[in-house]
Amino acid sequence: MSEHITVNIDDQEIKARPGDKLLWAALENNIYIPHLCAIKEEKRPNSSCRLCFVEIEGVSRPVTACSRQVQEGMVVKTRSPQVDRLVKTAFELLLSDHNLNCRECPANRNCALQKIAKERGIKLKHNRLKPFNRTFELDDSPDEFALDRSRCVLCGQCVWADRVGAEAWIFGFAKRGIDRVLTTFNNLPLAELSCNECTLCVDACPVGALYYKKD
Amino acid sequence: MGKTNPQELYDKMRDQAQELVQAGKDKAQVFVGTATCGLAAGAQQVKENFVNEIEAKSLDAEVIEVGCLGHCYAEPLAVIAKPGFPPVCYGYLDEGLVHRLVEDFLAGDDPSYEYALAALERNDEFPTFEDFPRGVYEKKLILENCGFTDFSKIESYIANDGYSALAKALSEKPEQVLEEVKAANLRGRGGAGFPAGIKWEACVNGSGDEKYVICNADEGDPGAFMDRSILESDPHLVIEGMILCAFAVGSHQGYLYIRAEYPRAVKHVREAIEQAREKGLLGSSILGTDFSFDLEIFQGSGAFICGEATALVNSMEGKMGLPESRPPRLVEQGFRKKPTVLNNVKTFAYVPMIINRGAEWFKAIGTPESPGTAVFSLVGKINNTGLVEVPMGTTLRQLIEEVGDGLPNGREFKAVQIGGPSGGCLPQSSLDVPIDFDSLHEAGAIMGSGGLVVMDQDDCMVAVARYFLEFTQHESCGKCTFCRLGTKHMLDILTAITRGQGDAETLQLLKELSEDVRDGSLCNLGRTAPNPVLTTLKYFEDEYKAHIEEGRCPALVCRDLLLYYIEPPKCSKLCNVCVGSCPTEAIYTRDDGLKAIDQDKCVKCDNCRKACPPEYSAVIKLSPPVLPAEKERKAK
Repeated sequence: MSEHITVNIDDQEIKARPGDKLLWAALENNIYIPHLCAIKEEKRPNSSCRLCFVEIEGVSRPVTACSRQVQEGMVVKTRSPQVDRLVKTAFELLLSDHNLNCRECPANRNCALQKIAKERGIKLKHNRLKPFNRTFELDDSPDEFALDRSRCVLCGQCVWADRVGAEAWIFGFAKRGIDRVLTTFNNLPLAELSCNECTLCVDACPVGALYYKKD
Repeated sequence: MGKTNPQELYDKMRDQAQELVQAGKDKAQVFVGTATCGLAAGAQQVKENFVNEIEAKSLDAEVIEVGCLGHCYAEPLAVIAKPGFPPVCYGYLDEGLVHRLVEDFLAGDDPSYEYALAALERNDEFPTFEDFPRGVYEKKLILENCGFTDFSKIESYIANDGYSALAKALSEKPEQVLEEVKAANLRGRGGAGFPAGIKWEACVNGSGDEKYVICNADEGDPGAFMDRSILESDPHLVIEGMILCAFAVGSHQGYLYIRAEYPRAVKHVREAIEQAREKGLLGSSILGTDFSFDLEIFQGSGAFICGEATALVNSMEGKMGLPESRPPRLVEQGFRKKPTVLNNVKTFAYVPMIINRGAEWFKAIGTPESPGTAVFSLVGKINNTGLVEVPMGTTLRQLIEEVGDGLPNGREFKAVQIGGPSGGCLPQSSLDVPIDFDSLHEAGAIMGSGGLVVMDQDDCMVAVARYFLEFTQHESCGKCTFCRLGTKHMLDILTAITRGQGDAETLQLLKELSEDVRDGSLCNLGRTAPNPVLTTLKYFEDEYKAHIEEGRCPALVCRDLLLYYIEPPKCSKLCNVCVGSCPTEAIYTRDDGLKAIDQDKCVKCDNCRKACPPEYSAVIKLSPPVLPAEKERKAK
């Protein structure tokens, strides 16, 4: 369809296709909105990371850009005191359950969390919230890569890559609440499953939870 | 209508049912309340006692199981209807009382009014429930037949004009049902109060011919049990409401999502569905018309989150019970991606009477914005615990003081928690708030599912907030950041406060975090989880401060902030009761014969305080946990 609609984001007029989600319309026009869990191809957005809040004129509260369709004449602000507060808290919450030893992290300087921190001027350290400091067993059974759940932000990118891209169905989420965890079938080490090490999941990981082994 | 007239078919059905029910009334009938609440209080034994006693005396009387009368405080309950007497309700039944009632009333002619709670019909001898303060304020619509109708027989429901709304609707057009429900402004009783008619209309306008009607009976709030009671006591009322909804929106298949922890509700509904099918009220060609609709039960596995609409649908589709972002709404894309109406048990239960008596009648009850009644399960520090139904607009004060008969033993009211873990705690100053969706929301609570817990001076508001948050944190599905991590941090902070840790900054952080979890969470579980914290912070900040600043729990609840102490002037040398009650041998006899507690050994189990005879009441709790040092020293 060639039909386009116009959306105003941060005083910038952008063109978008009807039916597009606001988040992707913005990102395609180089307007940055923090996000971790959003997957463009996914019909019903996950909306779980709670980082892509924006304000839409006429909507009383900040809403997630990943779940809103663009509409003709929509006026959007990616920053506002309310938005910044929610994004900061969500970000700090994620950090409180994240292994913040960046120096040792393979994703250092190539990490979605670092990018969000930089873009939004949020410090990459445990601030108001006491870190949970949970420990997980490292799964380095594959030849090529390893999984360190202490860095996992439960965004689901690897699950999508694994199921839709690789059609391997190795990954999934298990348990509830604070115990929710990225798991493998029967919680077995990756090497014991039908994983052919296509590494699509590693490429999909926005942080350093799935990473290539050195050498 | 083509072949058969549904009204004629129904009238015949009702005449037969009435004949059958009337025939039963020729002899004495004993209705024993055996809903889950009654059974828990021993109704099964009471029923057997009745049966045995009646058999032993070879009396011509029938024992019938009925549902919940709503007077939980007096369970087990029974109603005895004997020709020539008004039907009388008796409470606090046990073997002895049953024996007496059978002997004196069933065999003899003495209704033993001294044991009666109330009569059920006006008479010259004994007052009815309506004559008590509770009866003055109560207005039973959807609970009207609960406890008075034989849930196991569809005839009892039909004889009482049950399914007449269906017959009436089927003689008309689906739009008329929709219009009537819309005009009645029936608001969803699941808690949020969304107008059912508007929801149904959106489903009508949804794409495709395949549509679903689902009844949300995943009642999960601690202390709420009205949905269970209705399903157990009057299942056909809900079924009829669902058929009417299906007729209005053009659905042919419906489901009742009942939690598996309600086995009795599941059983009663299942039997009711089968009987309705046999009568041609469910299935194909309902009442001889072209309209077909069938119902199935889906048993939920007890996750609180599955009461959330999108999580419920996911769970029915065999997926993990996780919520989804909305839109799309269920009326656009619900079960199996088809337009779906999902309403609460109570919402459906109002529909038959709205169709029968009209929108105007319904709107005359309650307030203009929240017409109808509200059902509450009254629990906590209140005399008349139970299930009550009052018109919207009744104040909390009327509900607690009149309907619930106030707090026991002159206890002092402190707060009332409304709406379960998603609701809020309201203080004394909010007692004149009228009960309706909007006023409660304004005050910081929600109607929720209708749990209402009354609290007094012995309840610590920090501990209460912590309790509810522990529940929601435990029930969080973990999908979104705010609820998964935010509620955990909030719980950790609250736990620290109940231990006297923290400072002004902690309190500020708790407040900010609560607001952010409320504003940022994906679904309503997360969005409402902070309500108990936010309302207690708003109305009882002093208590939080007492914990943090003074290390003192004003209600003497938080164990880390109190110690047990035996007051020497009150203690008696002649008494040893507390010593034996202590599981850790922390209590010793001093040189002067009085008792004292070794604080190092004490585990604060409260046994000694309970054991100490009332004439002494020498064991007290002290908060902050500081011993009256001089007294101790002198004694040594």
